[in-house]
Amino acid sequence: MINIIKNRIIKGVVTRAIKTDPEIEKIGAELKGLVYKRFNRSFHIREVDTGSCNACESEIIATTNPIYDIQRFGINFVASPRHADALLVTGPVSKNMCVALKKTYEAVPEPKFVITCGDCALDGGIFKDSYYVEKGVKNVLPVTIHIPGCPPNPVAIIKAILSFFKK
Amino acid sequence: MDEAYIYVKPENFKKACLYFHKKLSSPVVMMFACDERQKNKCFRIYCVFMGVKYKKWVFVTMDTAQDTSVFESIARDIYSAGLFEREIKEMFGILPKGNPDLRSLRLHDEVWPEGFYPLRKDFEAPKSSCAEKKEYVFNKVEGEGVFEVPVGPVHAGIIPSGHFRFSCAGEPIINLEARLGWTHKGIEKLFEGKDVNFGVELSECVAGDSAFSNSNAFCHAVEKIYKIDVPEKAMFLRTVFLELERMYNHLNGIGGIAIDVGFSFPAMYASVMKENLLCLNKKLTGSRYLKGVNIIGGVSVDLTAWKKKTLLKVLEAMEKDFRQLKNMLYSSVSFMDRLDGTGVLKKKTAEDLGVLGLAARSSGIERDLRKDFPGVYSKIKFNAAKEHSGDVMARFNIRVIEFEESMNLIKQFVDKIGPGSINSQNKIEFRDGVGLGYIEAWRGPLFYWVKLSKSGIIERCKIVDPSFHNWEGLCYSVLGNIIPDFPVCNKSFDLSYSGNDL
Repeated sequence: MINIIKNRIIKGVVTRAIKTDPEIEKIGAELKGLVYKRFNRSFHIREVDTGSCNACESEIIATTNPIYDIQRFGINFVASPRHADALLVTGPVSKNMCVALKKTYEAVPEPKFVITCGDCALDGGIFKDSYYVEKGVKNVLPVTIHIPGCPPNPVAIIKAILSFFKK
Repeated sequence: MDEAYIYVKPENFKKACLYFHKKLSSPVVMMFACDERQKNKCFRIYCVFMGVKYKKWVFVTMDTAQDTSVFESIARDIYSAGLFEREIKEMFGILPKGNPDLRSLRLHDEVWPEGFYPLRKDFEAPKSSCAEKKEYVFNKVEGEGVFEVPVGPVHAGIIPSGHFRFSCAGEPIINLEARLGWTHKGIEKLFEGKDVNFGVELSECVAGDSAFSNSNAFCHAVEKIYKIDVPEKAMFLRTVFLELERMYNHLNGIGGIAIDVGFSFPAMYASVMKENLLCLNKKLTGSRYLKGVNIIGGVSVDLTAWKKKTLLKVLEAMEKDFRQLKNMLYSSVSFMDRLDGTGVLKKKTAEDLGVLGLAARSSGIERDLRKDFPGVYSKIKFNAAKEHSGDVMARFNIRVIEFEESMNLIKQFVDKIGPGSINSQNKIEFRDGVGLGYIEAWRGPLFYWVKLSKSGIIERCKIVDPSFHNWEGLCYSVLGNIIPDFPVCNKSFDLSYSGNDL
């Protein structure tokens, strides 16, 4: 116990103030209101990679870091599709992932939505001509909204989710 | 040139490979085939070894006998060739005779019919999907009380897709088999028939977290073929960006290791630092992941005086933050306890498997292309990191040391950047030929072997990401550990699914 107190005194406050971008705050406030109204306070997303280069994953993870902190607007990433309201799909849908993607979609309870993230999820993007991709998520599942960019930056992702709620 | 091509007859191929394997004490760093049936009516097979002492890459090369598609396997004698032979069999339909494992890697049996080989020049995509469905057979561990735990391909976190099959007896893992290839996109085939500028763009999409290293290695290969002298300033700029990429990924790894043992505060701290670096990248180059910076012959972005100042300012703040982060982690006994002795990869195992890069340095194999094939790194002071214990702790330490070293390197390189041109784009002349591009990316050495035709069209591009070597290393390192420790072992290697699956 004494060590913990000593440590606390020596270290002081290790957290630090984070400068927030007024733009994100504005989007966030609007988003929070909509999540509260439409989805009864929280909105849960399950992310599925179907063959992206992992830059999109990196940016999606970045939306949850303390700077953007998407959770405070009521949006969470969950571990199981059974807990999800929507799927966030990245990648051009490799043939191998086709069945897994469909099964994940089936596991999501109704009502469910599909959001695609990144240029290759739209129509295959740079991988369009490949023998092993399904040329975008829309050929496999009904897609509600697309987030363009290669990869889209965190602000773009948050904005796109806002436009999804407005739809 | 630092490539030596040695042509041997098929019957001497194995002997030659064994000779160089022993003589250079190098694993098979690359092994691939090339479809030459239009010209020579045969397939050409290359097996590449790293000759650090002689500063050469040794290519042992053979032609398969005319109109046959069989060659003698070397996998029984050189373990690190095994996966490459499976790849050759799957992509070209050339049978490595004697290889004990011929299961498919990327073209999964469930969706891909037999008899279609994508990298052959006369390949046509099958019209319908699989005619007869086959199932992949996992290695089975038998015995009383042994049970299997399948995980994936869709995982719990925001991570890419892969399947892991654990065999456990009680708590400890006694076998782990990773079945990958889920994110296969046929990238090597996409390169074929395209011009080199598209190639640069495509290489940036091979693995998103090492976009810069990938395009750098590709440009290096093409520049060697075209015999372009890249201006020194461009080389310095490239290393600055390469080290920046290493820094943000190491932060990601350090944070990831912390979060995988449930220590979330430093993980968040690291993620803020990573975000700061990504924003810095955006300020310097216009792209958070350094895309579009590399072009054939140099770079497209210069560091102006203002940018240099910003860079150094951010680095200074980063140094302070990193010291905090380090203190936080190293002073937590329970955190250290979780890392120490977890997921040990022994040096001998790592050598046999052909593990490279960060993971190899943690197991006591002192290989770093920045030291072994230095290029511009010879002009500054560089200390390669090394550790011996081979556990998660060692891989964590290597990240910490390399992060600090990268800051040092950037400062030294920024000092050296003076006036001058940043690319020699206008001097490009098309030539045909082959070339090997390599770079020490943050995971380890990354290789691009490129073959160009006279009109500047890519005929073949073989990519080997360090992940391709290191996945096997992960599977061995978790043996004897419990499944709850798997995430932290996995994160300590931090391998790319996309770069492995191509």
